Amino acid sequence: MTDITPNDARKASNNATTEAVKRSLARRNRKQLVLQGFGIGAIVIAFTVLFILVASLVRTGYTAFVQTHVTLDVYIDPAEISEEGLPRGGFRDVLTAAVLDNLPGADPEEDARGVRNILSNGAQFQLRDQIVEDPSLIGQTITLTVPLSDPFDQLNKGGVRRDTPEDQRRVDNQEMAWFDALDEAGIISTPFNIGLFTNADSRFPELAGLKGALVGSFWALLTCFLIAFPIGIGAAIYLEEFAPKNRLSDFIEVNINNLAAVPSVVFGLLALAVFIGWFGLPRSAPFVGGLTLALMTMPTIIIATRAALKAVPPSIREAALGVGASKHQVVFQHVLPLAMPGILTGTIIGLAQALGETAPLLLIGMNAFITSAPTSPFDAATALPTQIFIWADSPERGFTSRTSAAILVLLGFLVMMNGIAIYLRNKFERRW
Amino acid sequence: MNDMRLTERNMTDHKIKMQARGVDVFYGHDQAIKNVDVDIEDNTVTAFIGPSGCGKSTFLRCLNRMNDTIDVCRVTGDIRLDDEDIYDPQVDPVQLRAKVGMVFQKPNPFPKSIYDNVAYGPKIHGLATNKAELDEIVEKSLRRAAIWDEAKDRLDQPGTGLSGGQQQRLCIARAVATNPEVLLMDEPCSALDPIATAQVEELIDELRERFSVVIVTHSMQQAARVSQKTAFFHLGELVEYGETSQIFTNPQDTRTESYITGRIG
Amino acid sequence: MTLAPFVILLLAALVGYAINLRAARAIRYGGSRLHSLQGFHGLFSLLLVIVPVLTLILVWLAVEGGIINRILLSSLPDGVLDGLGSGAIQLIGAEIRSIAGGRVFGTPEDWKLEAAERLITYREISSWLLVGVVGAVSLGLIYFARSRVAAEFRARQRVETITLGLMVFCAVVAIFTTIGIIAALTFETIKFFQLVPITEFLFGTNWEPQIPIREDQIAAEGAFGAVPVFLGTIVIATVALFIAVPIGLLTAIYLNEFAPGRLRKIVKPVLEILAGVPTVVYGFFAILVVAPALRQFGESLGLDVASNTALAAGGVMGIMLIPFISSFADDALSAVPRSLRDGALALGATRGEMMLNVLFPAAIPGIVGGVLLAVSRAIGETMIVVMAAGLIAKMTINPLDSVTAVTVQIVTLLIGDTAFDNPKTLAAFALGMMLFIATLVINVFALRIVRKYREIYD
Ligand SMILES: Nc1ncnc2c1ncn2[C@@H]1O[C@H](COP(=O)(O)OP(=O)(O)O)[C@@H](O)[C@H]1O
Ligand SMILES: [Mg+2]
Repeated sequence: MTDITPNDARKASNNATTEAVKRSLARRNRKQLVLQGFGIGAIVIAFTVLFILVASLVRTGYTAFVQTHVTLDVYIDPAEISEEGLPRGGFRDVLTAAVLDNLPGADPEEDARGVRNILSNGAQFQLRDQIVEDPSLIGQTITLTVPLSDPFDQLNKGGVRRDTPEDQRRVDNQEMAWFDALDEAGIISTPFNIGLFTNADSRFPELAGLKGALVGSFWALLTCFLIAFPIGIGAAIYLEEFAPKNRLSDFIEVNINNLAAVPSVVFGLLALAVFIGWFGLPRSAPFVGGLTLALMTMPTIIIATRAALKAVPPSIREAALGVGASKHQVVFQHVLPLAMPGILTGTIIGLAQALGETAPLLLIGMNAFITSAPTSPFDAATALPTQIFIWADSPERGFTSRTSAAILVLLGFLVMMNGIAIYLRNKFERRW
Repeated sequence: MNDMRLTERNMTDHKIKMQARGVDVFYGHDQAIKNVDVDIEDNTVTAFIGPSGCGKSTFLRCLNRMNDTIDVCRVTGDIRLDDEDIYDPQVDPVQLRAKVGMVFQKPNPFPKSIYDNVAYGPKIHGLATNKAELDEIVEKSLRRAAIWDEAKDRLDQPGTGLSGGQQQRLCIARAVATNPEVLLMDEPCSALDPIATAQVEELIDELRERFSVVIVTHSMQQAARVSQKTAFFHLGELVEYGETSQIFTNPQDTRTESYITGRIG
Repeated sequence: MTLAPFVILLLAALVGYAINLRAARAIRYGGSRLHSLQGFHGLFSLLLVIVPVLTLILVWLAVEGGIINRILLSSLPDGVLDGLGSGAIQLIGAEIRSIAGGRVFGTPEDWKLEAAERLITYREISSWLLVGVVGAVSLGLIYFARSRVAAEFRARQRVETITLGLMVFCAVVAIFTTIGIIAALTFETIKFFQLVPITEFLFGTNWEPQIPIREDQIAAEGAFGAVPVFLGTIVIATVALFIAVPIGLLTAIYLNEFAPGRLRKIVKPVLEILAGVPTVVYGFFAILVVAPALRQFGESLGLDVASNTALAAGGVMGIMLIPFISSFADDALSAVPRSLRDGALALGATRGEMMLNVLFPAAIPGIVGGVLLAVSRAIGETMIVVMAAGLIAKMTINPLDSVTAVTVQIVTLLIGDTAFDNPKTLAAFALGMMLFIATLVINVFALRIVRKYREIYD
């Protein structure tokens, strides 16, 4: 290398590069920090929303998990309630009298109407049922714990605030004084709200429970599982292991991928027109709901099953084929068992989605007002998400907190199902 | 093997551009490089040879801190560029990589136009103040990578549309466009056909005028053809380092000899 | 009683299995070599019984209701159905059914009570008939299966043929579902367009689907111009995407390149949780928190914000879509080959430059596919808009106004009683058709883009 000049020129331009980089470096790093900042900001927003969502649900919903009750000594006055006239007995008056006993300040005549409203409308039926069970109670004094009506329940839980002006408060001053008197007498209690899980829906928030919805969702999910699981697995095995690569199997694939993205409300239209309109299946029935959900869940199960089958290494198939097993035997005796954990995981996740699905159930009428739990999958019923929808539409304060509580129950189920899926995945996941 | 060019190699001593002392590299708990010392000279093509998996790429990637991008990778020891510790916390890898460019085994043009591929480096580093300057840099780099004639009429077409050999020369153009001082090449010809390989090899010899070139290669013929210095790696160790002619004609270490004569590898 | 046929079927299948198994075993002990393992002879019988008989039961149950209904209606005394529309006749049928189910409201006419009695009888006859038929067919099939058992009978091949057929059937269910959707929507939509001109529906700007109250009004006088409904969906979806796309993409960019491993391990599951929250929950969140907050915020600015604005519904929908977009974009970014990242970094790009100039542009096709799928979700999303958007269709693009959406109209038109000859009901199917077509086109397009993209970087 005798020519020195190009080398020197090169040094200079190298230095120019170094200088340029140095000059711009701080600015470029700042730019990158800004990008990172935006990214963190986006994540913070997502987290904040999730936090607000959960916090607002818990804040409005936790009160629905307890219910204000009053414990009364009730004299079953034979003058009001007789064995012959049981269905028409004056259960309400008997209870009102029992409350009045604890309110020395109240006038039994004038205030009876107001005092009566302290108790839930369901209290009289509770008393009636008890006496129908054991008519010998007539004439005796029994101790009974009954729920309070929604305004008083809310007053006790803080949902009705004492510092709001009387004319904007659902409980007037007189009623507040009565409640305080009962409270002072030590007969007000706030136990866990079993009714939330053992009652069906009701027009009275303090009596409304999720039993109907839970049973309805159970039937619907069971139907969905019994249909979607075998059909989904069958379809997946065929497409993954047996289907020749031809137009038909391509067409089926495209179909499945598209079905997975069809809006759920369209499945509702399908169910309404075909299952109810053409086949004459009953409206509002969990069976029809389950059928609809099965059609929606099937693509999920098929896709998960195919992925699980694909994950089984070819060496297993070759080994089995090598000892003379038929293709069917290889698939059903070797591949399928190995793929089962993955299939189950996908199925559970699909069922969890189905559990939260609302729109198609609305269209087939699973948002009816039904005050008893279904006894079969063909009875009219609601489901957990549609019950949430119904309650969210009801203006009473008590229903707001019950809506949140129902959502918390629903989310609880979803967390549980996803937890099981994750557990299965971790426990049986094999690295080949 | 007994290429005539071997003997007529220019043997002048060059300034030491990069210096590595006691370099160890770990991937998690596995040690991939063990206590390597090397001097890379300026205006010289240095070849790294050795059996596959012996750590050539790993060591090469230490020289521009590309290993920083691998989470599990840890580098210790001392590596200097012009007597400046490149692993010093003060040194920004961005700055280092502007000076130490790299060409990869598989051609990896960005899915952009040929022009934008080459202009990308100068643009981000702010090496051109206006479009004319940028055009000039792009043309110069493409010429330097011996692909100007093929590319000049299709500068706005995607770089991914070129043939493999052209793509690799485009990547070389892209690397030289930022005017680096050292150019690292990791098996740049392994994905190319013999004709493209010959073109790239010719190019490497020309690049030596302006850069210090380090090339990892699988092929000993290639090392013999293009390099002045050769380092033989084996199982993460630097077994032997010296003039290419000497390594190929008179290896000091038996392992080197076995490799060159085809008994290991 | 519904269960009885199923129980019989199960028993028959097991009996058939056992019989064939024993027969095959007897042949083997008799010294002959069986062509197929004895278990396959059993399975042959099992499948031969289950498949046809189960089909029979299901078909029977599916058509039973309709046939009984028809017989019942024709058995009603002359004259009671005269001059009634099909909706009214349906109502009478429903009333008789509910009487038969033991739910008597008020004092129904005697002929209804009698009809209910008859209905109960018909149902009983039908179920006994079914039990009889199931029993007979099962016996026949068991006998037939038994008669095939022989040393050289290829039971395994038969069993495999049957299972293969079953699997093909399962796979074809997906096609049937699509056909069902298209058929249902097409039939009802055609009926709708016989009542309301298609041009009015597609181009009319007045949507007031209330059915006429007075008898003499003709149905088409309810206004069915769907343009404001489409517009509402577009406004809400646009708001949603304005929120979801930037937040989702930035999240993906950060997670993909910058987030430390531990943060990534926390954020990804949280996003999955967000994605798994049912939309009815988001809908309640919109009315419980977001709408009041927007209203208050608007008041503090002196703006009058409706309580069911497009902003609240679209905003919450945007939140719902964030995880969808971010996971799609994350996957698309991860699919870009490492060599491109390395190439950019080796040139001295900062990681930010590498992301914005190389990775992101290279991932754009995949990301666009994901965003398109999000668009299709946004226009098909139902619960959030049903709960948080309005019912009145307005020609407005102001997101602070209350607007309605296609899905909202579908649900409100169909909640409550539905008779299939009333334009209100049919309008819902016409809207459903539009929704189906729009989402289908977007999905097909998006899935194709995504697949192409995967192929580029195999
Ligand atoms: N990203 C990585 N993570 C873990 N180990 C790696 C990684 N890259 C390379 N290695 C290991 O380091 C050793 C050297 O690899 P490499 O430098 O690629 O070898 P060469 O380029 O000489 O073929 C090998 O044993 C390889 O398995
Ligand atoms: Mg290598």
